[in-house]
Amino acid sequence: MPVEYSGIIDEHMAVRTRVGLFDVSHMGEIEIRGSQALELLEWVTPGAVSPLQDNQAQYTALLYPQGTFVDDILVHRLSAHHYLLCVNASNQKKDFQWIAANNRFDAAVEYASEKYAQLAIQGPQALATLQKLTSIGLAGIRYYWFTHGNVCGVPALIARTGYTGEDGIEIYVPPDEAERIWRAVLEAGKEFDIRPCGLGARNTLRLEARMALYGHEIDASITPYEAGLGRIVKLDKGDFIGRDALVKQKEKGATRKLAGFEMRDRGIAREGYMVLIEGLAAGFVTSGSFAPYLKKNIGLCYLPTDRAAVGQMIAIQIRKQAAAAQVAPTPFYSRKR
Amino acid sequence: MYPDDYRYTKEHEWIKVEGDTGTVGITFHAQKELGDIVYVELPKVGAAVTAGKTMGSVESVKAVSDIYSPVTGEVIAVNDTVTSTPEQLNQDPHGSAWLVKVRLANRQEIDGLLTAADYQAYIGAETAH
Repeated sequence: MPVEYSGIIDEHMAVRTRVGLFDVSHMGEIEIRGSQALELLEWVTPGAVSPLQDNQAQYTALLYPQGTFVDDILVHRLSAHHYLLCVNASNQKKDFQWIAANNRFDAAVEYASEKYAQLAIQGPQALATLQKLTSIGLAGIRYYWFTHGNVCGVPALIARTGYTGEDGIEIYVPPDEAERIWRAVLEAGKEFDIRPCGLGARNTLRLEARMALYGHEIDASITPYEAGLGRIVKLDKGDFIGRDALVKQKEKGATRKLAGFEMRDRGIAREGYMVLIEGLAAGFVTSGSFAPYLKKNIGLCYLPTDRAAVGQMIAIQIRKQAAAAQVAPTPFYSRKR
Repeated sequence: MYPDDYRYTKEHEWIKVEGDTGTVGITFHAQKELGDIVYVELPKVGAAVTAGKTMGSVESVKAVSDIYSPVTGEVIAVNDTVTSTPEQLNQDPHGSAWLVKVRLANRQEIDGLLTAADYQAYIGAETAH
């Protein structure tokens, strides 16, 4: 996946206003099968997996005993005894090893990345584009559900998921058919002025929608509560890896919190820049960019919880200048439904 | 593409000299490598700049890049249109999107800069890496 095709802004705007196509085949896949596949997933993720029905997906995580992130992942329930996990490319080996090492259940863990290519069709015209290539009624797939069907005559898993803040579909297909489907989607999207999109737009789109990126907002030192992802933690579902640490943190309250900010002075905050409050170091920028749709300079950073409220003035150390910024409501961008 | 009457740096700036004044910008190659340019920071009128030293920065959506002064001298004009509409740098980097005009302290510095042919050979080699 290249950084850009026609340009990050052009690609970003295509997804916000029309449709864009991403080749996200670099993402990793792990399959879990067996009579205790559910028990294994309940143990290695903080979410409630048992309420999932066949063809339903869930955003969740793998956590260390400290309650911090191994990775953030998607779980798809194919059947009661068969699950497909979609994980970050850079973490796929680590995730597989982590799940396998914690598998004390009657379940088989398969490293399945080679079996799948993945394409993401995203934007207000995403369904209309892909609909030309499948007989499955895409509008009938609810958000965070999926179905099996043919795309271009090829068996595919078709999910109403995405990482852009827009409506859209992600399809999992056999790798040797991916290029043909890629071309067919671009052809089908021509009437909507579709754009092939790269990693650059994928990053700016997810940032506007305040979606976390492993290695930036979340990593082995950050818990879901700190990252503003408390909704993925179900403490009452029974024991799971990281639960004790999260119970303690919830009782005491997390001392730091992920906050969104907008620049008030000129300048663009970038990952790693220092955040100052009243002249004192208060944290670091985890992601920062010009936001192409909002046309503002935005970013995310960790702040002490008592200084992270919307409206808090902060400064970002940009080279030699401390540039003013202000904690802002997130997501920065929400699509109109 | 690269005007013959300009001189160039390996850091991808150009300078056009008229009398004792040099007009400075970034090259077509530089803006192409950066992609969509969204922010430009320039020195103020009256600032002293030094050949080979940072005088500002240019940022695209994906990257930050320093701007190095090709010459030593005093800034006598700044192109405010570029700071307010940075995307001009993607459209006309060798023309209307010039960055600053500098009163040259030492005209001989120009002789040490790359010619258009040298620069194109240089970026050709760099691109081939």
